[in-house]
Amino acid sequence: MSKTIRQIQRGLARGEFSSIEITQDYLTAIKAHNPTINCYITITDELALQQAKTADERIAAGQAQALTGVPLAHKDIFCTDGVKTSCGSKMLDNFIAPYNATVIENIEASGAVMLGKTNMDEFAMGSSTENSYYGPAVNPWDHQRVPGGSSGGSAAAVAAGLAPAATGTDTGGSIRQPAALCGITGIKPTYGRVSRYGMIAFGSSLDQGGAFARTAEDCAQLIQTMAGFDPRDSTSIDHPVPNYSETLDGNIKGLRIGLPKEFFADGLDSNIAGVLEAAIDEYRKLGAEIVEVSLPNSKLSVPVYYVVALAECSSNLSRFDGVRFGYRCENPKDLEDLYKRSRGEGFGEEVKRRILLGTYALSAGYYDAYYLKAQQVRRLIKQDFERAFEDVDIIAAPTTPEIAFKLGEKTDDPVSMYLQDIYTLFLNLAGLPGMSIPAGFSQGMPVGLQLIANYFDEARLLNTAHQFQQASDWHLQSAEVK
Amino acid sequence: MATWETVIGLEIHAQLATKSKIFSGASTAFGTAPNTQACAVDLGFPGVLPVLNAEVVNMAIKFGVAIDAEITPNSVFARKNYFYPDLPKGYQISQFELPIVGRGQLGISLDEGVSKIIGITRAHLEEDAGKSLHDEFPEQTGVDLNRAGTPLLEIVSEPDMRSAKEAVVYARKIHALVQYLGICDGNMQEGSFRCDANVSVRLKGEEKLGTRAEIKNINSFRFLERAINFEIERQIDLIEDGSKVVQETRLYDADKDETRSMRSKEEANDYRYFPDPDLLPVAVTDDDINRIRASLPELPEQKRQRFIVDLQLSEYDAEVLTSSRETAIYFEKTLAQLPDQAKQIANWILGELSAALNKADINIEQSPISPDGLSNLIARISDNTISGKIAKQVFEAMWQGEGSADSIIEAKGLKQITDTGAIESLIDQVIADNPDQVDQFRAGKEKVLGFFVGQIMKQSKGKANPGQVNQLLREKLNKGRE
Repeated sequence: MSKTIRQIQRGLARGEFSSIEITQDYLTAIKAHNPTINCYITITDELALQQAKTADERIAAGQAQALTGVPLAHKDIFCTDGVKTSCGSKMLDNFIAPYNATVIENIEASGAVMLGKTNMDEFAMGSSTENSYYGPAVNPWDHQRVPGGSSGGSAAAVAAGLAPAATGTDTGGSIRQPAALCGITGIKPTYGRVSRYGMIAFGSSLDQGGAFARTAEDCAQLIQTMAGFDPRDSTSIDHPVPNYSETLDGNIKGLRIGLPKEFFADGLDSNIAGVLEAAIDEYRKLGAEIVEVSLPNSKLSVPVYYVVALAECSSNLSRFDGVRFGYRCENPKDLEDLYKRSRGEGFGEEVKRRILLGTYALSAGYYDAYYLKAQQVRRLIKQDFERAFEDVDIIAAPTTPEIAFKLGEKTDDPVSMYLQDIYTLFLNLAGLPGMSIPAGFSQGMPVGLQLIANYFDEARLLNTAHQFQQASDWHLQSAEVK
Repeated sequence: MATWETVIGLEIHAQLATKSKIFSGASTAFGTAPNTQACAVDLGFPGVLPVLNAEVVNMAIKFGVAIDAEITPNSVFARKNYFYPDLPKGYQISQFELPIVGRGQLGISLDEGVSKIIGITRAHLEEDAGKSLHDEFPEQTGVDLNRAGTPLLEIVSEPDMRSAKEAVVYARKIHALVQYLGICDGNMQEGSFRCDANVSVRLKGEEKLGTRAEIKNINSFRFLERAINFEIERQIDLIEDGSKVVQETRLYDADKDETRSMRSKEEANDYRYFPDPDLLPVAVTDDDINRIRASLPELPEQKRQRFIVDLQLSEYDAEVLTSSRETAIYFEKTLAQLPDQAKQIANWILGELSAALNKADINIEQSPISPDGLSNLIARISDNTISGKIAKQVFEAMWQGEGSADSIIEAKGLKQITDTGAIESLIDQVIADNPDQVDQFRAGKEKVLGFFVGQIMKQSKGKANPGQVNQLLREKLNKGRE
């Protein structure tokens, strides 16, 4: 079941199989393997078959749209009308939104079939999916290891062949890191490129919806349906959306790729460094020009990120108070008891830790030293990139400092968990688009190469990834479950 | 005994008269069934986002221009974080560091032509909260979120007022202004216009401000005056008894006519304000400001000046006639029928009409006598159909709904007697009946003239033309002197 979107579209178009058949195949595989991989929280089999039936009718009528009949999975952070949206939390275990996220609406309008909602770290807070109320998803390459997070369920589903592609969100690396650890392709577009409406907020100024697939080509297709201005999201940007599939047009001769010297230094696993060097060599062979760049303020990105993201999350998660929806404690004594127990019982440990840290950072007397200062440094980080992109077209970097770690290995050490995002979160602080593509293996586990482009330059980003995938077969390696 | 000085600043919340809410498309209509006008955005559902209603920005700019304030080119919405059941998101979207309207001012007229400038610190946009209903359900609290998200303009004054009376004059002036501008309906019963008062006292001559108390829950001008006066006395009593005023929020109880403590400074929330990452800064250009300035209606101050200069009204009349938009409209509608009778019209509106309105406790727009009706009445005085005295009788009948001035005069036979022969025979009769008074007059006691006029008017049931009566009476009495 390691089909790509492109292969499914071809099969549907040639009548090799119907949407109902391919959907049923995926549902059967999910039934068989989800108990092990735990990548789905909700499996929407009835809805999927219904949508597949409609898709087949459209195809028969010659009215197929971009993704008609293609089964997909959605991170359980996107609100789906009539289908539970848990965000990986006990707090929303009973929550069924009466509306669709814009991303869901767009993908549905393009004719895709929804297989289900994927597992994730609670409220997208984590790097391993171990913070899910529904238990961790596992890495299809090694079930003792984590798939990464927070969109670990989506990444594991695609890697395990339980979905050809899936949506995800990336606040500090939540698409790129699991894509790297699971050996698939993931893209986080420019902040503002994809609407955040109906996507449950973690860090509003950092959150961005994106996609997982086996290939850059498939990512291009999925992003195509997701991207665009949305009047319901004031931070979405009215910028033309090019045809991303058409711009996968080859030739990267003379493309200038910058390597930030700060990222290929201490702290990077030497095996990973070797894999990345080989990948960079591949780009050299393709005619790219490799130069060194410097992002001097990137070392500050971890503290800055954890102040900004947590401050925003502490406020974003205030609405989960047990009053109007979601978890409410049994027999509250009074209002304060209602708040304390509903939130105390409804949220997991990591979420509570982040709310507390964020609340502290915004408190009277600390705001200037933390939040305000972090926003100032954030501007410096942005300027680093602006300067670098005067010189280069693409920046290449590691996605993760190490391969997928063992389940439970870092759960008692939040700081070491936070450091998993050391190469990814500066991108969210700057709002730039980035991808992770499979670049090789270390100890039998996949290694990702991170590619970063300038604002709204997703077309170039996707093409740069696509050219690598034309010349290599790392992305075709499969962890398919037996 | 020491002499005390009172220092008062007001925070006025004016509900902006938009059709839909500040950040959602839900209706703002008052008085519908609970929770029928709250959409997913107003309910603070997960994933939904605020989108600014452009009309509220126009309205805020109108106000800013009208008080000569600086308009902030890029004002910022901030989150004010606190938990309360009627605050669905756990934060209120407001403006904090960069309000849309900066420093401005408003002139007020006090007694005897004394005027004073009140500084306005700022005015900012924010969303209203919902309503907690404590009485409807035993041992439970109901929450109605219809009001949640209603746009408010919070107008904060400098502590420039020195008495409850001044505070009321200022509040009334703001009340009139927002109605003139058409940005607020001013309905205090429905909570469209609410005042909080910051009150402190200090010894006369002292420069340092005393500790202030903030009084909330004041929903009429009468209560504003009472609440402030109660608070002044309470604070003076405290200090004179050797204790101290504590900084706190106090609630005005109209039934008991007292303020009582709601929460102290220590119990106050740390609101953890920070810029709302879901909303962009509100960009306002000079062109926007000029366009809005050009579209402003005539403001009370301009109207007042015009009434004094062009219509030759007294300062007092002009002030009172322009003190509310409705009074000014009534006056100008009446004036349109009788363009050269400004003074007469002013006298009638400020005299008979306003007394009758007060007695009936209704507003001028509810007056049973329309501007057309009043102009008809005044026209009958000026064409000598009736005397001023009879006119009061006609006014009374009009107020009771007995018809137009013309029909009442006709039906009651109130037309003035101007026939010289008829008046002369009345005079002859009265002179014949009162020989003693005739002697007194002829002996030089001019005052007796009034007695004769009174008698004649009585005989004519008030219908004799007083001017003619005077003239003819004098002629006849003097004749006997010679």
